[in-house]
Amino acid sequence: MRELSTEILVVGAGPAGIAAAVSAERAGARALLVDMQAEPGGQIWRGQWNNATDRAARRWLTALRGSPVATRYGLRLVDFAAPGLAVFDGADGPLRVRCERLIVAAGARERLLPFPGWTLPGVFGAGGLQVLVKNGWPVAGQRIVVAGSGPLLLAAAATLRKAGAQVLCIAEQTGAADLARFAAGLAPHPGKWLQAAALRGRLAGVAYRCNAWVERAEGTERLESVRLRAGRSVERIACDALAVGFGLVPNTEIAQLLGCELRDGAVVVDVHQHSSVAGIYCAGEICGIGGVDQALAQGEVAGRAAAGSGERPRALRRDCARSARFAQTLRRHFALRDELRELATADTVLCRCENVRYADAAACRSQRDARLQTRLGMGHCQARICGAAGEFLFGWTAATPRPPLAPAPLTCFTEPTSDPEPPAQESA
Amino acid sequence: MSTDVRLRVDGVEVVVPAGCSVAAALRLAGHVSTRRALDGGGRGACCGMGVCFECRVRINGVERLGCLARVADGMEIVCDA
Repeated sequence: MRELSTEILVVGAGPAGIAAAVSAERAGARALLVDMQAEPGGQIWRGQWNNATDRAARRWLTALRGSPVATRYGLRLVDFAAPGLAVFDGADGPLRVRCERLIVAAGARERLLPFPGWTLPGVFGAGGLQVLVKNGWPVAGQRIVVAGSGPLLLAAAATLRKAGAQVLCIAEQTGAADLARFAAGLAPHPGKWLQAAALRGRLAGVAYRCNAWVERAEGTERLESVRLRAGRSVERIACDALAVGFGLVPNTEIAQLLGCELRDGAVVVDVHQHSSVAGIYCAGEICGIGGVDQALAQGEVAGRAAAGSGERPRALRRDCARSARFAQTLRRHFALRDELRELATADTVLCRCENVRYADAAACRSQRDARLQTRLGMGHCQARICGAAGEFLFGWTAATPRPPLAPAPLTCFTEPTSDPEPPAQESA
Repeated sequence: MSTDVRLRVDGVEVVVPAGCSVAAALRLAGHVSTRRALDGGGRGACCGMGVCFECRVRINGVERLGCLARVADGMEIVCDA
Protein backbone atom coordinates (compact mmCIF):
# COMPACT_ATOMS: atom_id res chain seq x y z
CA MET A 1 0.00 0.00 0.00
CA ARG A 2 1.19 3.51 -0.79
CA GLU A 3 2.08 5.57 2.23
CA LEU A 4 2.88 9.24 2.68
CA SER A 5 3.94 11.18 5.73
CA THR A 6 3.31 14.78 6.57
CA GLU A 7 3.34 17.13 9.51
CA ILE A 8 -0.26 18.31 9.09
CA LEU A 9 -2.92 16.38 7.25
CA VAL A 10 -5.90 18.44 6.10
CA VAL A 11 -8.97 16.42 5.17
CA GLY A 12 -11.33 18.28 2.87
CA ALA A 13 -10.33 20.80 0.18
CA GLY A 14 -13.23 23.20 0.39
CA PRO A 15 -12.70 26.82 1.54
CA ALA A 16 -11.90 25.80 5.15
CA GLY A 17 -9.41 23.10 4.16
CA ILE A 18 -7.70 25.25 1.54
CA ALA A 19 -7.36 28.16 3.96
CA ALA A 20 -6.08 25.80 6.65
CA ALA A 21 -3.45 24.12 4.44
CA VAL A 22 -2.21 27.36 2.90
CA SER A 23 -2.08 29.12 6.31
CA ALA A 24 -0.24 26.19 7.90
CA GLU A 25 2.41 26.32 5.18
CA ARG A 26 2.72 30.10 5.55
CA ALA A 27 3.30 29.57 9.26
CA GLY A 28 6.17 27.24 8.48
CA ALA A 29 4.61 23.76 8.63
CA ARG A 30 4.34 21.06 5.97
CA ALA A 31 0.77 20.25 4.97
CA LEU A 32 -0.91 17.63 2.82
CA LEU A 33 -4.42 18.43 1.57
CA VAL A 34 -6.68 15.52 0.56
CA ASP A 35 -10.19 15.54 -0.88
CA MET A 36 -12.56 12.94 -2.30
CA GLN A 37 -13.49 15.09 -5.27
CA ALA A 38 -11.37 15.26 -8.42
CA GLU A 39 -10.25 18.83 -7.75
CA PRO A 40 -10.18 21.36 -4.91
CA GLY A 41 -12.99 23.79 -4.14
CA GLY A 42 -15.46 21.74 -2.11
CA GLN A 43 -19.12 22.09 -2.97
CA ILE A 44 -19.32 25.88 -2.97
CA TRP A 45 -16.32 26.43 -5.24
CA ARG A 46 -17.03 23.51 -7.53
CA GLY A 47 -15.82 24.26 -11.04
CA GLN A 48 -13.81 27.28 -9.85
CA TRP A 49 -10.43 25.49 -10.00
CA ASN A 50 -10.15 25.88 -13.76
CA ASN A 51 -12.27 28.97 -14.15
CA ALA A 52 -12.53 31.07 -11.01
CA THR A 53 -15.32 33.63 -11.29
CA ASP A 54 -15.76 34.16 -7.55
CA ARG A 55 -13.33 36.63 -5.97
CA ALA A 56 -12.61 34.72 -2.78
CA ALA A 57 -12.27 31.49 -4.76
CA ARG A 58 -9.78 33.08 -7.12
CA ARG A 59 -7.76 34.46 -4.23
CA TRP A 60 -7.54 31.19 -2.31
CA LEU A 61 -7.20 28.83 -5.26
CA THR A 62 -4.38 30.99 -6.59
CA ALA A 63 -2.77 30.90 -3.15
CA LEU A 64 -3.07 27.11 -3.13
CA ARG A 65 -1.50 26.83 -6.59
CA GLY A 66 1.39 29.00 -5.53
CA SER A 67 2.01 27.33 -2.17
CA PRO A 68 4.13 24.24 -1.50
CA VAL A 69 1.10 22.43 -0.02
CA ALA A 70 1.04 18.85 -1.30
CA THR A 71 -2.35 17.75 -2.63
CA ARG A 72 -4.07 14.46 -3.40
CA TYR A 73 -7.56 14.31 -4.87
CA GLY A 74 -10.12 11.55 -5.52
CA LEU A 75 -9.42 9.94 -2.14
CA ARG A 76 -12.02 9.29 0.55
CA LEU A 77 -11.00 8.84 4.18
CA VAL A 78 -12.35 5.48 5.36
CA ASP A 79 -10.52 4.77 8.61
CA PHE A 80 -7.65 5.45 10.98
CA ALA A 81 -5.42 2.38 11.26
CA ALA A 82 -3.90 4.01 14.35
CA PRO A 83 -3.98 7.52 15.79
CA GLY A 84 -2.19 9.66 13.23
CA LEU A 85 -2.44 7.06 10.47
CA ALA A 86 -5.29 7.80 8.07
CA VAL A 87 -6.49 5.29 5.47
CA PHE A 88 -7.90 6.64 2.21
CA ASP A 89 -9.55 4.80 -0.67
CA GLY A 90 -9.41 5.97 -4.27
CA ALA A 91 -9.59 4.80 -7.85
CA ASP A 92 -5.86 3.96 -7.80
CA GLY A 93 -6.19 1.88 -4.64
CA PRO A 94 -5.71 2.70 -0.98
CA LEU A 95 -3.34 5.29 0.47
CA ARG A 96 -2.12 5.65 4.03
CA VAL A 97 -1.06 8.99 5.43
CA ARG A 98 0.99 9.35 8.58
CA CYS A 99 0.59 12.74 10.25
CA GLU A 100 1.52 14.54 13.43
CA ARG A 101 -1.53 16.76 13.53
CA LEU A 102 -4.87 16.65 11.75
CA ILE A 103 -7.25 19.34 10.51
CA VAL A 104 -10.70 18.05 9.62
CA ALA A 105 -12.60 20.28 7.20
CA ALA A 106 -15.16 17.79 5.93
CA GLY A 107 -17.85 20.37 5.19
CA ALA A 108 -21.56 19.72 5.17
CA ARG A 109 -24.15 17.75 3.30
CA GLU A 110 -27.77 18.56 2.55
CA ARG A 111 -30.57 17.51 4.83
CA LEU A 112 -32.96 15.44 2.73
CA LEU A 113 -36.33 14.59 4.23
CA PRO A 114 -38.62 11.74 3.20
CA PHE A 115 -41.93 12.32 1.45
CA PRO A 116 -43.85 10.00 -0.88
CA GLY A 117 -41.92 9.66 -4.12
CA TRP A 118 -38.62 11.14 -2.88
CA THR A 119 -36.66 8.13 -4.14
CA LEU A 120 -37.79 8.56 -7.77
CA PRO A 121 -35.06 9.29 -10.30
CA GLY A 122 -35.43 12.99 -11.04
CA VAL A 123 -35.65 14.01 -7.37
CA PHE A 124 -32.36 15.53 -6.21
CA GLY A 125 -30.98 17.56 -3.38
CA ALA A 126 -31.16 21.28 -4.23
CA GLY A 127 -27.43 21.82 -3.87
CA GLY A 128 -27.18 18.27 -5.20
CA LEU A 129 -28.60 19.09 -8.61
CA GLN A 130 -26.60 22.31 -8.62
CA VAL A 131 -23.28 20.47 -8.24
CA LEU A 132 -24.33 17.75 -10.70
CA VAL A 133 -24.99 20.49 -13.27
CA LYS A 134 -21.59 22.06 -12.58
CA ASN A 135 -20.09 18.70 -13.53
CA GLY A 136 -21.94 18.39 -16.80
CA TRP A 137 -25.39 17.05 -15.86
CA PRO A 138 -27.77 18.24 -18.62
CA VAL A 139 -30.80 20.33 -17.60
CA ALA A 140 -31.28 22.58 -20.67
CA GLY A 141 -34.95 22.89 -21.49
CA GLN A 142 -36.05 20.94 -18.42
CA ARG A 143 -38.87 22.10 -16.16
CA ILE A 144 -37.55 22.17 -12.59
CA VAL A 145 -39.15 22.86 -9.22
CA VAL A 146 -36.72 24.05 -6.52
CA ALA A 147 -37.94 23.50 -2.97
CA GLY A 148 -36.96 23.12 0.66
CA SER A 149 -35.35 25.77 2.82
CA GLY A 150 -32.49 28.20 3.09
CA PRO A 151 -30.50 30.65 0.98
CA LEU A 152 -28.98 27.75 -0.97
CA LEU A 153 -32.25 27.41 -2.91
CA LEU A 154 -31.62 30.74 -4.64
CA ALA A 155 -28.07 29.80 -5.59
CA ALA A 156 -29.21 26.41 -6.89
CA ALA A 157 -32.02 27.96 -8.93
CA ALA A 158 -29.66 30.53 -10.44
CA THR A 159 -27.21 27.80 -11.53
CA LEU A 160 -30.02 25.72 -13.05
CA ARG A 161 -31.39 28.68 -14.94
CA LYS A 162 -27.97 29.62 -16.27
CA ALA A 163 -27.62 26.05 -17.54
CA GLY A 164 -30.79 26.50 -19.57
CA ALA A 165 -33.40 24.99 -17.27
CA GLN A 166 -36.86 26.44 -16.84
CA VAL A 167 -37.19 27.00 -13.09
CA LEU A 168 -40.94 26.78 -12.48
CA CYS A 169 -40.85 28.05 -8.92
CA ILE A 170 -38.84 28.20 -5.73
CA ALA A 171 -40.82 26.89 -2.77
CA GLU A 172 -39.39 28.00 0.58
CA GLN A 173 -40.97 26.36 3.64
CA THR A 174 -40.15 29.32 5.88
CA GLY A 175 -42.85 31.94 6.36
CA ALA A 176 -42.77 35.50 5.05
CA ALA A 177 -42.21 37.03 8.51
CA ASP A 178 -39.07 35.00 9.17
CA LEU A 179 -37.76 35.66 5.68
CA ALA A 180 -38.21 39.40 6.21
CA ARG A 181 -36.38 39.17 9.54
CA PHE A 182 -33.59 37.18 7.86
CA ALA A 183 -33.29 39.81 5.13
CA ALA A 184 -33.17 42.55 7.79
CA GLY A 185 -30.52 40.50 9.62
CA LEU A 186 -28.31 40.66 6.53
CA ALA A 187 -27.81 44.40 7.02
CA PRO A 188 -24.54 43.99 8.96
CA HIS A 189 -23.29 41.60 6.24
CA PRO A 190 -23.19 43.73 3.07
CA GLY A 191 -21.43 40.97 1.13
CA LYS A 192 -24.25 38.54 1.79
CA TRP A 193 -26.86 41.16 1.04
CA LEU A 194 -25.29 41.95 -2.34
CA GLN A 195 -25.05 38.26 -3.10
CA ALA A 196 -28.75 37.74 -2.32
CA ALA A 197 -29.71 40.76 -4.42
CA ALA A 198 -27.59 39.55 -7.34
CA LEU A 199 -29.19 36.11 -7.15
CA ARG A 200 -32.67 37.63 -7.09
CA GLY A 201 -31.68 39.66 -10.14
CA ARG A 202 -30.61 36.53 -12.00
CA LEU A 203 -33.90 34.89 -11.05
CA ALA A 204 -36.18 37.65 -12.37
CA GLY A 205 -39.50 36.19 -13.34
CA VAL A 206 -39.16 33.03 -11.23
CA ALA A 207 -41.94 32.73 -8.65
CA TYR A 208 -40.56 32.65 -5.09
CA ARG A 209 -43.17 31.24 -2.75
CA CYS A 210 -42.75 31.18 0.98
CA ASN A 211 -44.80 29.01 3.34
CA ALA A 212 -44.70 26.40 0.55
CA TRP A 213 -43.34 22.88 0.35
CA VAL A 214 -43.54 19.75 -1.81
CA GLU A 215 -45.83 17.14 -0.27
CA ARG A 216 -45.37 14.38 -2.83
CA ALA A 217 -43.41 13.49 -5.94
CA GLU A 218 -45.28 11.49 -8.54
CA GLY A 219 -44.24 9.31 -11.45
CA THR A 220 -43.74 5.67 -12.32
CA GLU A 221 -40.15 5.08 -13.40
CA ARG A 222 -39.14 8.74 -13.05
CA LEU A 223 -40.46 12.01 -11.69
CA GLU A 224 -43.40 13.40 -13.66
CA SER A 225 -45.01 15.89 -11.28
CA VAL A 226 -45.00 17.22 -7.73
CA ARG A 227 -47.77 18.25 -5.38
CA LEU A 228 -46.95 21.62 -3.91
CA ARG A 229 -48.66 22.88 -0.79
CA ALA A 230 -48.86 26.59 -0.10
CA GLY A 231 -50.97 27.34 2.95
CA ARG A 232 -54.33 25.63 2.43
CA SER A 233 -54.03 25.20 -1.30
CA VAL A 234 -52.41 22.26 -3.08
CA GLU A 235 -51.30 22.41 -6.67
CA ARG A 236 -49.98 19.72 -9.00
CA ILE A 237 -47.03 20.89 -11.10
CA ALA A 238 -45.77 18.80 -14.03
CA CYS A 239 -41.95 18.83 -14.06
CA ASP A 240 -38.83 16.95 -15.14
CA ALA A 241 -36.82 17.44 -11.97
CA LEU A 242 -37.27 18.43 -8.35
CA ALA A 243 -34.33 19.95 -6.49
CA VAL A 244 -35.20 19.81 -2.81
CA GLY A 245 -33.03 20.35 0.27
CA PHE A 246 -33.78 21.39 3.84
CA GLY A 247 -30.62 23.15 4.88
CA LEU A 248 -27.21 21.70 5.64
CA VAL A 249 -25.89 19.16 8.12
CA PRO A 250 -22.25 19.09 9.31
CA ASN A 251 -20.25 16.04 8.13
CA THR A 252 -19.06 15.04 11.59
CA GLU A 253 -18.31 11.33 10.95
CA ILE A 254 -14.52 11.66 10.88
CA ALA A 255 -14.41 13.82 14.01
CA GLN A 256 -16.82 11.47 15.78
CA LEU A 257 -14.75 8.44 14.85
CA LEU A 258 -11.76 10.14 16.48
CA GLY A 259 -13.72 10.86 19.64
CA CYS A 260 -14.15 14.62 19.25
CA GLU A 261 -16.91 16.10 21.37
CA LEU A 262 -20.06 17.23 19.56
CA ARG A 263 -22.77 19.69 20.56
CA ASP A 264 -26.00 20.19 18.61
CA GLY A 265 -24.65 18.09 15.77
CA ALA A 266 -21.45 20.12 15.31
CA VAL A 267 -17.88 19.63 16.55
CA VAL A 268 -16.97 21.60 19.67
CA VAL A 269 -13.79 23.66 19.21
CA ASP A 270 -11.91 26.34 21.17
CA VAL A 271 -10.86 29.75 19.79
CA HIS A 272 -7.94 28.05 17.99
CA GLN A 273 -10.32 25.57 16.29
CA HIS A 274 -8.83 22.82 18.45
CA SER A 275 -11.28 19.98 19.18
CA SER A 276 -11.58 18.10 22.46
CA VAL A 277 -8.94 15.59 21.21
CA ALA A 278 -5.25 16.56 21.34
CA GLY A 279 -3.76 17.37 17.94
CA ILE A 280 -7.09 17.43 16.11
CA TYR A 281 -8.39 20.73 14.74
CA CYS A 282 -11.71 21.22 12.97
CA ALA A 283 -12.77 24.07 10.71
CA GLY A 284 -15.68 25.16 8.56
CA GLU A 285 -19.18 23.75 8.35
CA ILE A 286 -18.42 20.75 10.59
CA CYS A 287 -18.19 23.23 13.48
CA GLY A 288 -21.68 24.57 12.70
CA ILE A 289 -23.24 25.81 9.45
CA GLY A 290 -22.11 29.35 8.76
CA GLY A 291 -21.13 29.68 5.12
CA VAL A 292 -17.96 30.37 3.20
CA ASP A 293 -16.73 33.43 5.13
CA GLN A 294 -16.84 31.53 8.39
CA ALA A 295 -15.13 28.54 6.76
CA LEU A 296 -12.26 30.69 5.47
CA ALA A 297 -11.74 32.48 8.80
CA GLN A 298 -11.83 29.23 10.79
CA GLY A 299 -9.58 27.47 8.29
CA GLU A 300 -6.99 30.22 8.63
CA VAL A 301 -7.12 30.04 12.42
CA ALA A 302 -6.86 26.23 12.40
CA GLY A 303 -3.94 26.20 9.95
CA ARG A 304 -1.96 28.75 11.93
CA ALA A 305 -2.70 27.05 15.25
CA ALA A 306 -1.80 23.58 13.96
CA ALA A 307 1.48 25.03 12.70
CA GLY A 308 2.19 26.34 16.18
CA SER A 309 1.40 29.98 15.51
CA GLY A 310 -1.15 30.49 18.24
CA GLU A 311 -1.89 34.19 18.10
CA ARG A 312 -4.92 35.30 16.10
CA PRO A 313 -4.58 38.66 14.30
CA ARG A 314 -7.30 41.16 15.07
CA ALA A 315 -8.74 41.07 11.54
CA LEU A 316 -9.14 37.31 11.78
CA ARG A 317 -10.84 37.55 15.18
CA ARG A 318 -13.23 40.12 13.70
CA ASP A 319 -13.99 37.86 10.70
CA CYS A 320 -14.70 34.93 13.02
CA ALA A 321 -17.06 36.96 15.21
CA ARG A 322 -18.93 38.49 12.27
CA SER A 323 -19.40 35.16 10.50
CA ALA A 324 -20.57 33.56 13.74
CA ARG A 325 -23.32 36.20 13.99
CA PHE A 326 -24.38 35.42 10.43
CA ALA A 327 -24.52 31.70 11.30
CA GLN A 328 -26.85 32.53 14.18
CA THR A 329 -29.14 34.58 11.91
CA LEU A 330 -29.32 31.63 9.49
CA ARG A 331 -30.27 29.14 12.20
CA ARG A 332 -32.89 31.38 13.75
CA HIS A 333 -34.82 32.16 10.57
CA PHE A 334 -34.79 28.89 8.66
CA ALA A 335 -36.10 26.56 11.37
CA LEU A 336 -38.02 23.67 9.81
CA ARG A 337 -41.80 23.61 10.26
CA ASP A 338 -43.64 20.77 11.99
CA GLU A 339 -45.72 19.89 8.92
CA LEU A 340 -42.57 18.47 7.31
CA ARG A 341 -42.64 15.67 9.87
CA GLU A 342 -46.03 14.56 8.55
CA LEU A 343 -45.14 14.11 4.88
CA ALA A 344 -43.91 10.50 4.92
CA THR A 345 -46.63 7.84 5.02
CA ALA A 346 -46.22 4.41 6.65
CA ASP A 347 -44.91 2.94 3.40
CA THR A 348 -42.54 5.77 2.46
CA VAL A 349 -38.95 4.54 2.38
CA LEU A 350 -36.92 6.32 5.06
CA CYS A 351 -33.57 4.50 4.73
CA ARG A 352 -32.89 4.60 1.00
CA CYS A 353 -30.06 2.05 1.10
CA GLU A 354 -31.81 -0.69 3.06
CA ASN A 355 -35.36 0.25 2.03
CA VAL A 356 -36.63 0.61 5.59
CA ARG A 357 -40.21 1.93 5.69
CA TYR A 358 -41.09 5.00 7.74
CA ALA A 359 -43.53 3.01 9.93
CA ASP A 360 -40.89 0.40 10.83
CA ALA A 361 -38.38 3.09 11.77
CA ALA A 362 -40.95 5.09 13.73
CA ALA A 363 -41.61 2.03 15.92
CA CYS A 364 -38.00 2.09 17.16
CA ARG A 365 -36.70 3.98 20.20
CA SER A 366 -33.45 5.26 18.76
CA GLN A 367 -31.27 5.16 15.68
CA ARG A 368 -29.29 2.35 17.26
CA ASP A 369 -32.48 0.43 18.02
CA ALA A 370 -33.60 0.96 14.42
CA ARG A 371 -30.23 -0.35 13.22
CA LEU A 372 -30.63 -3.51 15.24
CA GLN A 373 -34.29 -4.08 14.38
CA THR A 374 -34.54 -2.92 10.78
CA ARG A 375 -31.01 -2.42 9.33
CA LEU A 376 -31.78 1.32 9.01
CA GLY A 377 -28.57 3.21 8.34
CA MET A 378 -26.51 0.07 7.72
CA GLY A 379 -26.27 0.30 3.94
CA HIS A 380 -23.90 2.08 1.62
CA CYS A 381 -24.41 5.63 2.93
CA GLN A 382 -24.04 4.57 6.58
CA ALA A 383 -26.96 6.74 7.77
CA ARG A 384 -25.62 9.92 6.20
CA ILE A 385 -29.10 10.57 4.75
CA CYS A 386 -31.59 8.77 7.03
CA GLY A 387 -29.63 9.72 10.18
CA ALA A 388 -30.18 13.42 9.64
CA ALA A 389 -33.80 12.75 8.67
CA GLY A 390 -34.36 10.63 11.81
CA GLU A 391 -32.89 13.41 13.91
CA PHE A 392 -35.53 15.82 12.60
CA LEU A 393 -38.43 13.34 12.45
CA PHE A 394 -37.95 11.49 15.75
CA GLY A 395 -35.43 13.56 17.71
CA TRP A 396 -32.84 10.75 17.45
CA THR A 397 -29.24 11.56 18.14
CA ALA A 398 -26.84 10.23 15.53
CA ALA A 399 -25.34 6.85 16.43
CA THR A 400 -21.53 6.88 16.61
CA PRO A 401 -20.10 5.85 13.25
CA ARG A 402 -17.83 2.84 13.00
CA PRO A 403 -15.06 2.15 10.56
CA PRO A 404 -14.97 1.89 7.67
CA LEU A 405 -16.73 5.24 7.21
CA ALA A 406 -17.70 4.23 3.66
CA PRO A 407 -17.71 1.00 1.66
CA ALA A 408 -14.08 0.25 0.80
CA PRO A 409 -12.20 -2.68 -0.72
CA LEU A 410 -10.55 -5.06 1.74
CA THR A 411 -7.14 -4.07 0.38
CA CYS A 412 -7.54 -0.86 2.42
CA PHE A 413 -7.17 -2.95 5.55
CA THR A 414 -5.12 -5.97 4.56
CA GLU A 415 -2.43 -4.80 2.20
CA PRO A 416 0.95 -4.34 3.86
CA THR A 417 2.48 -0.90 3.62
CA SER A 418 5.28 -0.46 1.15
CA ASP A 419 8.30 1.62 2.09
CA PRO A 420 6.92 5.00 3.10
CA GLU A 421 7.48 7.55 0.40
CA PRO A 422 9.44 10.63 1.37
CA PRO A 423 7.27 13.48 2.62
CA ALA A 424 4.88 14.58 -0.08
CA GLN A 425 5.87 18.04 -1.22
CA GLU A 426 5.19 18.32 -4.90
CA SER A 427 1.77 19.40 -6.05
CA ALA A 428 0.17 16.41 -7.77
CA MET B 1 -12.30 20.70 -22.19
CA SER B 2 -13.94 20.73 -25.60
CA THR B 3 -12.70 17.32 -26.68
CA ASP B 4 -14.87 14.27 -26.41
CA VAL B 5 -14.35 11.10 -24.44
CA ARG B 6 -15.36 7.62 -25.59
CA LEU B 7 -16.57 5.14 -23.02
CA ARG B 8 -18.80 2.09 -22.85
CA VAL B 9 -21.99 1.92 -20.80
CA ASP B 10 -23.39 -1.59 -20.39
CA GLY B 11 -21.42 -2.57 -23.49
CA VAL B 12 -22.67 0.30 -25.66
CA GLU B 13 -20.22 2.93 -26.87
CA VAL B 14 -21.04 6.47 -25.75
CA VAL B 15 -19.34 9.77 -26.58
CA VAL B 16 -19.50 12.51 -23.93
CA PRO B 17 -17.71 15.82 -23.29
CA ALA B 18 -14.39 15.53 -21.46
CA GLY B 19 -14.42 16.81 -17.90
CA CYS B 20 -17.94 15.73 -17.01
CA SER B 21 -18.76 13.32 -14.21
CA VAL B 22 -19.67 9.70 -14.84
CA ALA B 23 -23.14 10.49 -13.43
CA ALA B 24 -23.58 13.24 -16.03
CA ALA B 25 -22.27 10.95 -18.77
CA LEU B 26 -24.86 8.31 -17.89
CA ARG B 27 -27.64 10.90 -17.99
CA LEU B 28 -26.35 12.24 -21.32
CA ALA B 29 -26.43 8.65 -22.61
CA GLY B 30 -30.12 8.44 -21.68
CA HIS B 31 -29.91 6.51 -18.41
CA VAL B 32 -32.42 7.92 -15.91
CA SER B 33 -32.18 5.12 -13.40
CA THR B 34 -28.75 3.61 -12.79
CA ARG B 35 -29.45 1.04 -10.09
CA ARG B 36 -32.30 -1.02 -8.67
CA ALA B 37 -33.22 -0.68 -5.01
CA LEU B 38 -34.07 -3.71 -2.86
CA ASP B 39 -37.76 -3.29 -3.78
CA GLY B 40 -36.93 -3.18 -7.50
CA GLY B 41 -37.53 0.55 -7.82
CA GLY B 42 -35.21 2.56 -10.05
CA ARG B 43 -32.75 4.96 -8.45
CA GLY B 44 -30.48 7.60 -9.88
CA ALA B 45 -28.10 10.32 -8.79
CA CYS B 46 -29.51 12.36 -5.90
CA CYS B 47 -27.13 14.20 -3.54
CA GLY B 48 -24.50 14.99 -6.19
CA MET B 49 -21.68 15.10 -3.65
CA GLY B 50 -20.70 11.57 -2.69
CA VAL B 51 -23.01 11.24 0.30
CA CYS B 52 -26.11 9.21 -0.63
CA PHE B 53 -24.38 6.53 -2.77
CA GLU B 54 -27.44 6.26 -5.06
CA CYS B 55 -25.34 6.83 -8.20
CA ARG B 56 -22.98 3.93 -7.58
CA VAL B 57 -21.99 1.97 -10.68
CA ARG B 58 -19.12 -0.33 -11.62
CA ILE B 59 -16.31 1.54 -13.32
CA ASN B 60 -13.67 -0.72 -14.83
CA GLY B 61 -14.91 -3.48 -12.55
CA VAL B 62 -14.81 -1.52 -9.30
CA GLU B 63 -17.81 0.02 -7.55
CA ARG B 64 -17.52 3.82 -7.61
CA LEU B 65 -19.79 6.83 -7.25
CA GLY B 66 -20.77 8.34 -10.58
CA CYS B 67 -20.99 11.84 -9.11
CA LEU B 68 -17.38 11.84 -7.86
CA ALA B 69 -15.73 10.03 -10.78
CA ARG B 70 -14.60 11.87 -13.90
CA VAL B 71 -15.02 10.30 -17.34
CA ALA B 72 -11.91 8.95 -19.06
CA ASP B 73 -11.30 7.45 -22.46
CA GLY B 74 -11.99 3.73 -22.60
CA MET B 75 -13.91 3.61 -19.32
CA GLU B 76 -16.12 0.56 -18.96
CA ILE B 77 -19.24 1.39 -16.93
CA VAL B 78 -21.84 -1.14 -15.80
CA CYS B 79 -25.15 -0.08 -14.26
CA ASP B 80 -27.38 -2.20 -12.11
CA ALA B 81 -30.57 -0.75 -13.54
